[in-house]
Amino acid sequence: MSGGVFTLVGRELALVWAERGGGAIALIFFVIVGSLFPFAVGPEPQVLLRIAPGIIWVSALLACLLSLERLFQPDAEDGTLEQLVVSGQSLESVAVAKMIAHWLTTALPLVILTPIMAAMLNAPVEVWGTLLLGLLLGTPALSAIGSVAAALTVGVRRGGVLISLLVLPLAVPTLIFGVGVSDPLAGASALKWLAATTLLALAVSPFAAAAGLRAAME
Amino acid sequence: MHRFANPARFLRIARAVQPWTAAAMAVAFAVGLYYALVASPIDYLQRDTVRIMYVHVPAAWMALGAYSTIAIASLVSIVWRHPLADVCARAAAPIGAVFTAICLITGSFWGKPTWGTWWQWDARMTSVLVLLFVYLGYMALWSAFDDRQRAARAASILALVGAINLPIIKFSVDWWNTLHQPASVFRRGGPTIHPDMLVPLLVMALAYLLFFVTTLLMRMRAELAAQRLEVAAERRALALEGAE
Amino acid sequence: MNEFFSMGGYAAYVWTAYAVTAIGLAGLGLASWRRMRALESRADRLRAVRRSERGQA
Repeated sequence: MSGGVFTLVGRELALVWAERGGGAIALIFFVIVGSLFPFAVGPEPQVLLRIAPGIIWVSALLACLLSLERLFQPDAEDGTLEQLVVSGQSLESVAVAKMIAHWLTTALPLVILTPIMAAMLNAPVEVWGTLLLGLLLGTPALSAIGSVAAALTVGVRRGGVLISLLVLPLAVPTLIFGVGVSDPLAGASALKWLAATTLLALAVSPFAAAAGLRAAME
Repeated sequence: MHRFANPARFLRIARAVQPWTAAAMAVAFAVGLYYALVASPIDYLQRDTVRIMYVHVPAAWMALGAYSTIAIASLVSIVWRHPLADVCARAAAPIGAVFTAICLITGSFWGKPTWGTWWQWDARMTSVLVLLFVYLGYMALWSAFDDRQRAARAASILALVGAINLPIIKFSVDWWNTLHQPASVFRRGGPTIHPDMLVPLLVMALAYLLFFVTTLLMRMRAELAAQRLEVAAERRALALEGAE
Repeated sequence: MNEFFSMGGYAAYVWTAYAVTAIGLAGLGLASWRRMRALESRADRLRAVRRSERGQA
């Protein structure tokens, strides 16, 4: 099965690469949303540095939502999904591959861009490390939850909005613990719970997403 | 499983039972409201506003109770493919959502004279707010598909994913709350509930439960009737096609 | 009696909360009841029509 996932991920990455501009949209959105907050709350450095981890996390969460609608849709539409099943791939493998691909192409670039956002928002350098750690540990959960929502809503018109509605409440723990990693007092506790939440999300999501795909294909 | 899947049997039972649960509900509300508004003591600090507790707390209990119903029905749907399970889950959702909204609104009215603000981001209210969002997403998912079967499958998966997530959400909100607010000793209703306050609370809870059952039965009956109409319409469409 | 209505001065809060609850539950109950009646009577009428059709066929 792992060989299968590996090939599938490779295929996903090749597709995203071929799309060129596609992956960059999430990055641009991330920066734009993050930049909205100073407009909204004022440019006072003291205010911004207090809420910088929160701003970055919310912006990252919203940016991750963007590419979810198209996660399974194209393959479901042109029959690739059925072909994969016929050729022996389990839907769980497909789901895992999509999650990994989403994380690599959407979440990871955001994480890499985070120091720039942190600098813009006046976050102290000491916080950068915890911020990155939190995002690295937390964004896989976002990809996982997102792909479940995407699998459940394959083929739905304007599914993107519905996906957001489904994902956001489920993402609250990841958001809380993720930001919490940057907290001076509770960082260690937050890290522990963030890891636990992500592990649970990774464990459950492939099966939930596969079940959703199965329902779509019936 | 088909002998249980026969909706006619369920409909017979539902039609027989419903008047009784409705009557019991009316009695429970009458007794409960009397105790809540008249015959129960006022709180030392909160005075008469504590009476709001009697409509607020049972609403929170039923909000969770309704979701538990949906979760169990969804599990039955996934494991046994029992068609009534999907009907039950879909019917329960709006009721749960209304309870959740009532809990939030009455909580706000309880909070304003007590804490001074219309909304307090305390752990319980915040968790209930997230629960409302979960309900809304669940109902939106049901409405997103024309194909009833597909909707039922997707909704049952979402319900279970939500059920796993809800304790985690509650835990994370509690954690978040202790992080941002110092531990408050003053909990709504006090650390222990006086028996004179417990009785109206339980009677109101019973009234809410009977309301849930009665309304659930009505909504399930409506859902089954809608399905019958759908099937008949399909059959008619097919017959017309065949005649051409 | 006056005490009952004024709720120790908190009348606005207590009565509004109870009113919201009453409106919410009664509204949902009524809407559910009406929906049930409408759909069930339609379904019953349809079944009666089809029965008579089959009887004639």
